[in-house]
Amino acid sequence: MATRERPTSPHLQVYRWQITMTMSILHRVTGVAITVGAFVLAWWLVALAEGGDQYAHAAAIIASPLGKLLLFGFSLALVYHLLNGIRHLLWDMGWGFDIPETYRSGWTVVVLTVVFTAAIWFAALRGHA
Amino acid sequence: MSNIGTDGAPSRTPREDYRTPLKLARGLGSGKSGVSHWWTQRVTAVVLVVLVPWLVGLLVSLVGADLQSARLVIARPWNAIPLAAFVIAAFWHAKLGMQVVIEDYVHTRWIEITLQLLVIFACAIGALASLYALGHIAMLVATLTH
Repeated sequence: MATRERPTSPHLQVYRWQITMTMSILHRVTGVAITVGAFVLAWWLVALAEGGDQYAHAAAIIASPLGKLLLFGFSLALVYHLLNGIRHLLWDMGWGFDIPETYRSGWTVVVLTVVFTAAIWFAALRGHA
Repeated sequence: MSNIGTDGAPSRTPREDYRTPLKLARGLGSGKSGVSHWWTQRVTAVVLVVLVPWLVGLLVSLVGADLQSARLVIARPWNAIPLAAFVIAAFWHAKLGMQVVIEDYVHTRWIEITLQLLVIFACAIGALASLYALGHIAMLVATLTH
């Protein structure tokens, strides 16, 4: 048998951009991000249990500009991962596999992510601005 | 891999057995844990599809709340119980996802194993700490109201 270099895959730089590739990568990136977010939730719950200075300290960090920015990032990543996760579950059930449907569901997830994240922050900041 | 097919069976030399390694492996199932990873990821995902919107609503309702009122809300059974379920499902789902990310991108065996252990320990501690905190808050509120 002739020995030659096996082809390696995938060469991302030779592919025309498609929404599906970006969304797939973002699903992983947001998954890692909200894993960090889960630990922040755990930390906040422990601070809530401890009370006193610990809670005041945690609340101050969350309310700081950097804290709010991180929370915004977590919320955006969570909404995206949730909606795209539903897309994955629908694929698992055999729905929406052809290319036009995959692109359409992808853009639907992108638009709804923006809408839902905006709605969450509108509700959260209402009366606090 | 010259002795494939010898697990538990009398040892054979390759000359006596012309079946390919693939033929010998087929039908024996996965060498590891089969579909359980995939399936558990989906089960926890379905739980989270239900609980995440609820949790987001709960957290948004707590914006601006002080310590005592936040504890009172969290301690209510129909907040504390779904929260406990959320924490278990979320850290389990996170462990499964992080495991795959590490498997895919970390190719130095000892670093991979170290990271896998760290992910398992961290997710276990995250879930346990959250559950402890929920129990603690419920107890605090219970002693307050009795």
